[in-house]
Amino acid sequence: MKELFQFTKVSALILGLAMITTTASASTLEDVKKKGVLSCGVSEGVPGFSNPDSSGKWVGLDVDMCRAVAAAVLGDPTKIKFVPLASKQKIIAVTSGQVDLTSRTTTWTMKRDTKEGADFTAVVYYDGQGFMVRKEDGIKSAKEMSGASVCVTTGTTTELNIADYSRANNLKLEAVVFDGKKEALNAYASGRCDVFTTDTSQLASLRTTLKDPENHIILPEIISKEPLSPLVRHGDNQWKDIITWVIFGLINAEEKGVTAANAAEMKAKSTDPTVQRMLGKTGDLGTFIGLDNDWLLRAITSVGNYGEIYERNLTKTLGLERGVNQLWSKGGILYASPLR
Amino acid sequence: MKILVSQIKQSFNNISVSGLVGQMFVLGLIFYGSYFLLLTTQENLTARGIDSGFKFLNSEAGLPISDSLIEYSPAKSYGTAFLVGILNTLFVSFIAIIFATILGVIVGVGRTSKNWVISKVSAFFVETLRNIPLLLTLLFIYTVALGTLPRAKTPFNPIEGVFLSRRGLYLPDPIAHDGFGLVVAAFFAAIAIAYFFTKWAKKLQIRTGRALPKTLISLLVIIVLPLLVFFILGKPMSLEYAELKGFNFVGGIVLKPEFSALLLGLILYTAAYIGENVRSGLQSVPAGQIEAARALRVPKSVIIRKVLLPQALRVTIPATTNDYTSLVKNSSLAVAIGYPDMVSIGGTIIGQNGQAIEIIAMWMAVYMTINLIISALMNWLNSRVQIVER
Repeated sequence: MKELFQFTKVSALILGLAMITTTASASTLEDVKKKGVLSCGVSEGVPGFSNPDSSGKWVGLDVDMCRAVAAAVLGDPTKIKFVPLASKQKIIAVTSGQVDLTSRTTTWTMKRDTKEGADFTAVVYYDGQGFMVRKEDGIKSAKEMSGASVCVTTGTTTELNIADYSRANNLKLEAVVFDGKKEALNAYASGRCDVFTTDTSQLASLRTTLKDPENHIILPEIISKEPLSPLVRHGDNQWKDIITWVIFGLINAEEKGVTAANAAEMKAKSTDPTVQRMLGKTGDLGTFIGLDNDWLLRAITSVGNYGEIYERNLTKTLGLERGVNQLWSKGGILYASPLR
Repeated sequence: MKILVSQIKQSFNNISVSGLVGQMFVLGLIFYGSYFLLLTTQENLTARGIDSGFKFLNSEAGLPISDSLIEYSPAKSYGTAFLVGILNTLFVSFIAIIFATILGVIVGVGRTSKNWVISKVSAFFVETLRNIPLLLTLLFIYTVALGTLPRAKTPFNPIEGVFLSRRGLYLPDPIAHDGFGLVVAAFFAAIAIAYFFTKWAKKLQIRTGRALPKTLISLLVIIVLPLLVFFILGKPMSLEYAELKGFNFVGGIVLKPEFSALLLGLILYTAAYIGENVRSGLQSVPAGQIEAARALRVPKSVIIRKVLLPQALRVTIPATTNDYTSLVKNSSLAVAIGYPDMVSIGGTIIGQNGQAIEIIAMWMAVYMTINLIISALMNWLNSRVQIVER
């Protein structure tokens, strides 16, 4: 009887896994509309990208992408359930249907896109991995880090990059791996590690949370490409299209100078056919992705265009310049496909 | 034919047969249900393009592990990485069980002590550690340890070759030279001698009533004989000291802060529980038995060994089995303080390739195997101390 009990416990677990995978099979758009709320996987707290502010409201670039989607799909940017995810959960949470969308500084890699049941949508931030060290150690380049211990978060591309970099440059780095970014940063701050590594955008934002930011420097080397993109479950093409085109729409809006403040006015007055299509005055772009024609207008009026989102979350609070994340027409690599 | 039908009818009325049929039916349902679920899960995974199966264990891991008992580099396979995790889990659990037991016995005996200070200190120890979540204890130990220790460049260096810093405790590494094998051989020979001596001494006691100090003599043999061989051969061993090079020490044996904090946390937490088991065991022995033994002028040490302990163990061992298995499971909290145990490494593998079901199954299989072995050993020990009815 004891064995039988054990057996049922195990079955219950498998039942749970199977249930998760079966219920998620329906169309995500229908699901979200029926629930009336978008569940969006975010980080456990990365300032600038997704972080609760002092009143407990989630803010950040990744958060605004969720809000734009909620505005486009549900007509209300506040109808969101934010689900904080640890790094190693970020893909499973979306493939198992726990969240409709993960918008959480996730690097678009070939394996994740093809072998792990996820689909990436569009790049919202071009990042790269960097290193933070103490000023007193007097190192100027990552090549001088031989023998150093490095605090890193588990389940990230960062963790793999550091292993590759250590092997390629024969640095004998000791990677101390933590479950969460906060634990890793705390261990670095308390002196367990000589180096803290993650994407440079987050290095900048996390440095501001240290007690003594002025005693830490970010090394010039960027050792990887990290195109960050929201991701959805593999196999629901319509849902993937919605996220992709909301993001492209926000970038296109910046190109055309459509902002949160002037969007409604532009819709009424603009004579530019691209703007007219974008804001739903002409054409039927919304129907292509199963939405009405005001989808992008709602997204833009609730969070602003890409430039406004960047400015509000990254430039004003963290002092991050646009860099490569500037529009292609202004010297960056941000290039969204046309809305037609 | 009619007889057969009536026989079947009759047997259904029979309680034991109908009970059996009912059980078979339920069992069949469960099997069918799990088969169905397994199949659905498999289909859904395939539909999403998620790999399944254990093929991934052979592919290159690429992930860094800071603390490994076997040779490991990121070029090794996922299977090797997981094995490193299993060994780390086993290693930390094994050492923690030994020390938690020793400390637990001290605390348990301390709580029953008539000395006011000792009993209050023990009670304070038990109540504090038992009532704080282990995770907090671990984080506390880890943070405090890191906060108070010096950086690697200015280590605390109490004696030659020993360095204590935030990078861990570095000790000299003993290197065996030619002839050290003889010392090991002498050690095993000494154990054999001690074993046969104890057997002989027991027989002697039964025959003549003369009791020799068996344990003391055995211990002396086991310690002295290998030492003697060691010195006769001219100390065939040298020490390799750790040396600070650049950021880190090179050489020596290292106890990393993550390992030490986890080990300490597990020992303290489990010792509190074992202490209570020991106390309840000791208090379960009726006071009259001790008084009776005293009245017969049985020596105090014999009272403890022959009257108190055998009866106390009957109460202590079953409860302690639970605590040992809990300790093994609790070691999975390692992930919070960066020690690469099985759960931490498995979690990383899930993060890299998304094959959660396989890894979770492997976790369950390993924990179940370890704990079933512990239970089996402890049950065997328990059966040895139970009352033999004659």
